[in-house]
Amino acid sequence: MNLKALFAASATAALLLATSASAAELTVGFSQIGSESGWRAAETSVSKSEAAKRKVNLKIADAQQKQENQIKAIRSFIAQGVDAIFLAPVVASGWDAVLKEAKEAKIPVVLLDRDIDPAGKDLYLTAVTSDSVHEGEVAGEWLAKTVGGKACNVVELQGTVGASVATNRKKGFDAVVAKNANLKVVRSQTGEFTRAKGKEVMESFIKAENGGKSICAVYAHNDDMMVGAIQAMKEAGLKPGKDVLTVSIDAVPDIFKAIAAGEANATVELTPNMAGPALDAIIAYKEKGTVPPKWIQTESKLYTAADEPQKVYDSKKGLGY
Amino acid sequence: MTLRIPRRGLAQAFALIVILMIDRAVSPQFFNLHLQDGRLFGSVIDVLNRGTPVALLSLGMVLVIATGGIDLSVGAVMAIAGATAASLADTHSLPVVIASALAVGLACGLWNGILVAVLRIQPIVATLILMVAGRGIAQLITEGRIVTFTSPDLVWMGNGAVFGLPTPVAIAIGMLLLTAAVVRGTALGLLIEATGGNARASELSGVGTRAMILSVYIWCGICAALAGVIAAADIMGADANNAGLWLELDAILAVVVGGTSLFGGRFSLVLAVAGALIIQSMNTGILLSGYPPELNLLVKAVVVLAVLLAQSPRLGDIQRFTARWRRTKP
Amino acid sequence: MSDSSAPPATRPALLDIRGLTKSFGALKALDDVDFTLGEGEIHALLGENGAGKSTLIKVVTGVFARDAGTVRLANREIAPRSAKDALDAGIATVYQEVNLLPNLSVAQNLYLGRQPTRFGVVREAEMKRRAHALLLDYGLDIDVGAPLASYSVAVQHITAIARAVDLSARVLILDEPTASLDRHEVEILFKVMRKLAADGIGIVFVSHFLDQVYEICDRVTVLRNGRLIGSREIAQLPRLDLIRMMLGRELAETTHERAASQPDTAREVCVSFKGFGKQGYLAPFDLELRRGEVVGLAGLLGSGRTETARLVFGAERADSGAATVDGKAIRLNSPRDAAGLGFGYCPEERKTEGIVAELTVRENIVLALQARRGLHRPLSRREQDEIALRYIRMLDIRPPDPERPIGLLSGGNQQKALLARWLATSPKLLVLDEPTRGIDVGAHAEIIRLVRDLCEQGLALLVISSELDEIVTYSNRVIVLRDRAHVEELKGDAVEVSSILAAIAADAPAAQEVAS
Repeated sequence: MNLKALFAASATAALLLATSASAAELTVGFSQIGSESGWRAAETSVSKSEAAKRKVNLKIADAQQKQENQIKAIRSFIAQGVDAIFLAPVVASGWDAVLKEAKEAKIPVVLLDRDIDPAGKDLYLTAVTSDSVHEGEVAGEWLAKTVGGKACNVVELQGTVGASVATNRKKGFDAVVAKNANLKVVRSQTGEFTRAKGKEVMESFIKAENGGKSICAVYAHNDDMMVGAIQAMKEAGLKPGKDVLTVSIDAVPDIFKAIAAGEANATVELTPNMAGPALDAIIAYKEKGTVPPKWIQTESKLYTAADEPQKVYDSKKGLGY
Repeated sequence: MTLRIPRRGLAQAFALIVILMIDRAVSPQFFNLHLQDGRLFGSVIDVLNRGTPVALLSLGMVLVIATGGIDLSVGAVMAIAGATAASLADTHSLPVVIASALAVGLACGLWNGILVAVLRIQPIVATLILMVAGRGIAQLITEGRIVTFTSPDLVWMGNGAVFGLPTPVAIAIGMLLLTAAVVRGTALGLLIEATGGNARASELSGVGTRAMILSVYIWCGICAALAGVIAAADIMGADANNAGLWLELDAILAVVVGGTSLFGGRFSLVLAVAGALIIQSMNTGILLSGYPPELNLLVKAVVVLAVLLAQSPRLGDIQRFTARWRRTKP
Repeated sequence: MSDSSAPPATRPALLDIRGLTKSFGALKALDDVDFTLGEGEIHALLGENGAGKSTLIKVVTGVFARDAGTVRLANREIAPRSAKDALDAGIATVYQEVNLLPNLSVAQNLYLGRQPTRFGVVREAEMKRRAHALLLDYGLDIDVGAPLASYSVAVQHITAIARAVDLSARVLILDEPTASLDRHEVEILFKVMRKLAADGIGIVFVSHFLDQVYEICDRVTVLRNGRLIGSREIAQLPRLDLIRMMLGRELAETTHERAASQPDTAREVCVSFKGFGKQGYLAPFDLELRRGEVVGLAGLLGSGRTETARLVFGAERADSGAATVDGKAIRLNSPRDAAGLGFGYCPEERKTEGIVAELTVRENIVLALQARRGLHRPLSRREQDEIALRYIRMLDIRPPDPERPIGLLSGGNQQKALLARWLATSPKLLVLDEPTRGIDVGAHAEIIRLVRDLCEQGLALLVISSELDEIVTYSNRVIVLRDRAHVEELKGDAVEVSSILAAIAADAPAAQEVAS
């Protein structure tokens, strides 16, 4: 029964290969978490276009935020005999068994965007992720450079309490603040990564800080909270981008709209293009046997008004953010 | 029409005053008000404005809970209605946008009501279905992204002002008066309380308990939809993933803090709204205080516990007991 | 073994209860009750609903505290304060709904809390072996590793009994154990009971199946309205006498002025039922109700009295027959339909189906009227106050405070408020199920007076009561029920306690045998 299923599966896989293109073309299975956020949707669409660019046949399985669905998807990829598996793990643990199966089937696995528990280090080929501590540093350094030696009171909109991204982005920013005596974080609260909470928390910061007059800059752990904070500042009669500097992380399209309008100053990109470097690593591994480093860090690029924000907005808008 | 603020409202009034005093202590400018662009500004206004979604939810929730039910889906209904409103906002007029969103809320309420009243599924299970599926529906509408809009009419719903009050606050006051008029101006209030107090007995007295239950879930859906429109208007976008997330729990808490029993029966609209304001004054106070955010939930839990304890009928017994014990001690 | 054949009088007393009294507010649930259970005796405890059977059991097992009286077990006075206390003393109770854990295995249920262990580890095999051996004693050869829920109710009962006896119970109280068993299962249970009696265990058997009482019991004690009516050897008690003990009123404190003894057929029929019934619930019946006439429903518990009331009020949907009001065919699918037609119904279960405890007396009184007027025609507060005060005065509801939650009133006053609820709707027909149940003596007489007054005002009344004297007092006609069917209608001079009793006991061959 099992053999039969296997046979059927590989037959369809073979059929797919035969119909699409030459035998040299790679097939990669991608177990995506789901569509939890706009960034995730963008990652999916960028992955498709990056694969098409390299003429790789990419099969995407949407796990709807469930690990069991991801494990099922990986098993079916193994059964289909794909050349490589991309995995954006929804949680950090519980992958040992299925990754061992992939390893036994000699199918390399690349983690995208998120890491798994260190115990599983030898079960995957490489992990393509950004360094969120570094993102915080980039944001902090931009602010330090922009204010020069002037004293500057910063308010911080944190991500969800306890989320590792929030902890790391705070850590990186705090490291820069510690080096610059003129920078001071006067208030820090969680905006839970959402626009609504970002707005509400910013409203209270403005009230607590003398109508916002003593706030020099806002640092938000993501752009969505910053979009909310910008609204709060405008409603309170402040001019974000001029009276108050803003810097946030992620580089989602809406923040470019704000930058273009002069209402925001800077954002640090968390690139949705994780698949590009991953595909390059797999192609090199398959064709030349080059073993990539265990961690491929994506670029944390800084965008400001000097980077043609309107153009970036237009190009990003179609990605599904 | 009677808006009862009976003796049993004392605990809530006291709690609200104490929390506002604490807010004043952590933030000296708490009661400051100033007018800007025809709209009042100040932390007290923030409490009212930010408390609006939960207050609207609690207006529907309190009726559902009074019949002995519960509606876990209101947060998801907010997301669906917000997504509906946002996707229509830039192409349709405000009345069409609001009517569509409210119609969606009505349909969601009808669905819950049919599951509970006709198919007799336990309310907590019946509404759990929409709580889970509803967010998915909202994501389908927004295609997983935050749908933004610029329609000044809809933006006014979230950020405008009516006689100096933020529009959401004015809407919430209007809804409170409307709900009170419907519930206490007709026999609905009595029949809901009877149904929640003893459904069997009410049915055997000729009360149409089924219609009663159906209607409260529908009203709850409409209130949730309105809250969803306001939440979307506030941030000029519909965030299907986060709009109304966990607010069903805040709404239930507001109703309970307002003194309505989860077993159903007696209810008070005014006190449910007061419950929502108690929760929000606490939230705003925490934000103003500058405490690290890790403490938010803990502070909230302690305050809620204190308010609930103050209402506990058993507390009186304990006080009497300890008083007697002190007397008998040499 | 020899004990069970010995004359009962010489049986040593195992459980001896004297002067047991328990009140709930003004209501005396148990009034100076004596009860003696001998070693190896199977003793039936009988009485209608509210007679005091469950209160007696609950006082003896420590669930309720007694007000007065003594309980002696094997000549030692005991005062258990919880069911566990009682079990430790040697008194075990098995209820109709077995309170074991259905998802655990039979063996685990038998040894829960006292599993055999070695080095702190439960010895599953040893436990199963013991459990199997134990149940073999009871004639059960089953897989004790299977979950309890996978077995029939009879096996579950026997498991509960085996556990209790194994916990060294000497007195076993079985509360309606046969209610959900079929004939064959009853046989198995009776075999177990006989074996236990032979071992010297005393068994209290609570049941409303008189055939079973005659089959298995040695003696019977009858309670009525919280009072002891008597204890008898079952072999010397004809069935008719037993029913009289249960239903009749011995203390003839009032000489009953009979209701209009001539059924006035000239009175117009207002509601009539033809072939009305429901499969498996109540056999089809014909019933005509006339203005100004009281029809009484008599029969033992479970004979179909309440079932008749529920069908008439639409609380249960009939699947055969037709109903008419003033000659016109009607739809009767729900209580709402019935209330709309001008019917009213005061159910027997006042607390669970009658009052809305936390609402005020006023709100409870106006509830049915308001439901009938509909949402959009609310009674103003002034109208509500007027109605409430009118009925509080008319029915003498105490305290006369319309704003008091009805749950705080005594049973009699709650009953009056429920009557007021329906009277406020100016009904055509009022159905009263045990209107005097659980009500103190003063209110009792008042309710009866009310029933007669209402009748004189031209209402049609259908009244259920276990008090035959009471029924005779106010009924123009009496319908006797047996085994979920209307079996006889008594009119005029035939409305007598003796003739009702005869009709109820008519199908009792076992009783005749015993009596002869």
